[in-house]
Amino acid sequence: MNDAVMPRRPDEHGVPDPFPYMHPTLKDNYGNWAWHDRPRPGVLHHVAHGGDEIWTVRAGTQRQMDVGTIRKLCDLADEYADGFLRFTTRSNAEFMCTTLDKTGPLIEALNEAGFPVGGTGNSVSMISHTQGWLHCDIPGTDASGVVKSLMDELHHEFTHEEMPNRVRLTTSCCQINCGGQGDIAINVQYTKPPKINHDLVANVCERPAVVARCPVAAIRPAQVNGKPSLEVDEKKCICCGACYPPCPPMQINGDDSTKLAIWVGGKHSNARSKPTFHKLVAANLPNNAPRWPEVAAIVKRILQAYKEDAQAWERLGEWIERIGWSRFFELTDLAFTKHQIDDWTGARQSLNASAHLHF
Amino acid sequence: MTKKSHDTPLLDELKSGPWPSFVEGLERLAKDEEKPGADMMKDLLGQLEHSYETRRGYWKGGTVSVFGYGGGVIPRFSEVAADYPESSEFHTLRVQPPAGMHYSTKLLRDMCDIWEEHGSGLIALHGQSGDIMFQGCTTDNVQPAFDDLNKIGLDMGGAGPALRTSMSCVGHARCEQSCYDEVRAHREVINGLLDEMHRPALPYKFKFKFSGCPNDCVNAIHRADMAVIGTWRDDMQVDQEEVKKHVAKVGRKQMIDTVVSMCPTRALSLNDDDTLDVDDKSCVRCMHCINVMTKALSPGKDRGVTILMGGKRSLKIGDQMGTVIHPFLKLETDEDYEKLNEFAEECIDFFAENALEHERIGETIDRIGLANFLEALDVPVDPNMVNHPRTSSYVRTDDWDIEAEKWFEHKKATAK
Repeated sequence: MNDAVMPRRPDEHGVPDPFPYMHPTLKDNYGNWAWHDRPRPGVLHHVAHGGDEIWTVRAGTQRQMDVGTIRKLCDLADEYADGFLRFTTRSNAEFMCTTLDKTGPLIEALNEAGFPVGGTGNSVSMISHTQGWLHCDIPGTDASGVVKSLMDELHHEFTHEEMPNRVRLTTSCCQINCGGQGDIAINVQYTKPPKINHDLVANVCERPAVVARCPVAAIRPAQVNGKPSLEVDEKKCICCGACYPPCPPMQINGDDSTKLAIWVGGKHSNARSKPTFHKLVAANLPNNAPRWPEVAAIVKRILQAYKEDAQAWERLGEWIERIGWSRFFELTDLAFTKHQIDDWTGARQSLNASAHLHF
Repeated sequence: MTKKSHDTPLLDELKSGPWPSFVEGLERLAKDEEKPGADMMKDLLGQLEHSYETRRGYWKGGTVSVFGYGGGVIPRFSEVAADYPESSEFHTLRVQPPAGMHYSTKLLRDMCDIWEEHGSGLIALHGQSGDIMFQGCTTDNVQPAFDDLNKIGLDMGGAGPALRTSMSCVGHARCEQSCYDEVRAHREVINGLLDEMHRPALPYKFKFKFSGCPNDCVNAIHRADMAVIGTWRDDMQVDQEEVKKHVAKVGRKQMIDTVVSMCPTRALSLNDDDTLDVDDKSCVRCMHCINVMTKALSPGKDRGVTILMGGKRSLKIGDQMGTVIHPFLKLETDEDYEKLNEFAEECIDFFAENALEHERIGETIDRIGLANFLEALDVPVDPNMVNHPRTSSYVRTDDWDIEAEKWFEHKKATAK
């Protein structure tokens, strides 16, 4: 092979060593922090055993950032945070300041540049989300747009710490739910079986793999119009969309059949109660781009009820655990339907086998 | 001649409001005519507007990779390329960030320069698995873009049936609750198994996540095939003077309501002199009281990790959280870290050899039973692995005495 056209072999660095990219005060006190507090929403104050202090200013971003936005964040980090910054798992940017004095001007500069400061403590932080129409190959809705719309509505809750405890929101643009569990999760919920383009199945799909993918064994091989294809037993089909990724001709999205559902009470942390999954509280909401107002209205209603009724440090799911689901549906004016009674494997564990009732 | 922009009335509605707008960012890239990605972003905006109108996605996958690696590039080809030709190829490069997502502005600026030259100029910080996602690249430019990123010390992340990019919390770098060196564990485990990331050959994906304490800030129990969670075995550290100060500041009622009453195992009580009485044998290391009284309380000194395995999302058997496999592994010395690395490798080997195609490790464990999985990995059973012993009598117990003997022997061997 001609050396000139031989591609370059990669250096297998693996996970980069973060120390060259870490703020010097963080590096100097690595593993030696003593305690922290929060002087105001959006600012964390950490004190090391040796007495060093660092003030972290947390700012929301749009996650999907153009180079101009990233360079703006860099300019601010150069001016106020010694040329370093980091990101949280929820795409917030964190600037580390060595004195409290620097935080005020930094916050002003961030706000000036359009970045809200907050997301700490008992606030509503940035929504962890997926790719949606921008980049995913199987999306039922957009992700960045839903998040932008919701965060516009929840700006006050991001920049203030007025909730009983932290609130973690997630969105997912298909039922695989890459956005993950949340206090409130906004996820696509399909409502119709896949529409199959039988002309394409044989060429595009590995049929046994698609049959194996169905959680309810509703797909079987079939000859349609003389061609090998697949058919779906629509009485068995639960419209989960699992067949669509391995077989795009099994289109799960429809003009009006791709809906949104809202789930509540998911929790990652082990604090107080064990981690939990979120539970279905509303479905069949329209996929109403570009601002999804019906979804935003319900999310805000749930947050309002939680804010007014929960006790300090209760996460949303823990609040419901205390007041009971009857009261939750009453306070949020949402419907409890037969579809909220689980019938999947292990469902019996979600039924109330006691005389403990809420009236 | 300058390429015309598409009208995007629906997306334009996402430019107003107080939250930073990704649409404005996309437009800035589309309007930067000096840069090679401008026309691609014009058509990308056009296709995205089309999705907003029709409520459909128009990307399909394919096969694109870089020389020497089998994964890490997410290929995207447009199904409506006839109308939006410049964004007909819009691939993503998944790249691993420095552990803990620390950046110098120099590194970020270098990333921007490279992506502006070879790609669209759109970067997501970060994806749900923790990757830097360089979004929007033609097939031809994937190799030169990666070469330049690789030259500044970055490496490809995971995709497909492979070891995936991992995440660790801020931990030791800026958190007093951190119970182990997350950076070290993250880098040693992942970098020791890199071949499984770069050359996908596993039955399905495998994710590790590293959280420094049970607050689990990287959501490991829900999202990771192997969750490594910091914890401690000895008594929680209590500074009684700071406890008194806290009580004086917030009052007894608030202290009792928000700390003592919220302890899940009733392990706390407020003494008459406003100091805290802790029943450490009953404490489950949930972190709540430490979260509330950050100055007075902290984790104990005998630190290590709890390992849980089997977390995943819906497909196909339903949601699963990880469950306890190792209640406690001491993580302090070089030898301790070596043991963690070895265990991770054994789990990957077991997964590679025993999982069915498209099966996550949690599903494998479900299929064969936790007891068989533990036996295969030579991990002794422990009551911390279950909420309670079995309630079903459908089990053969003819070798009970042999198993009981093992339990007592193990207890003797591990007695302090």
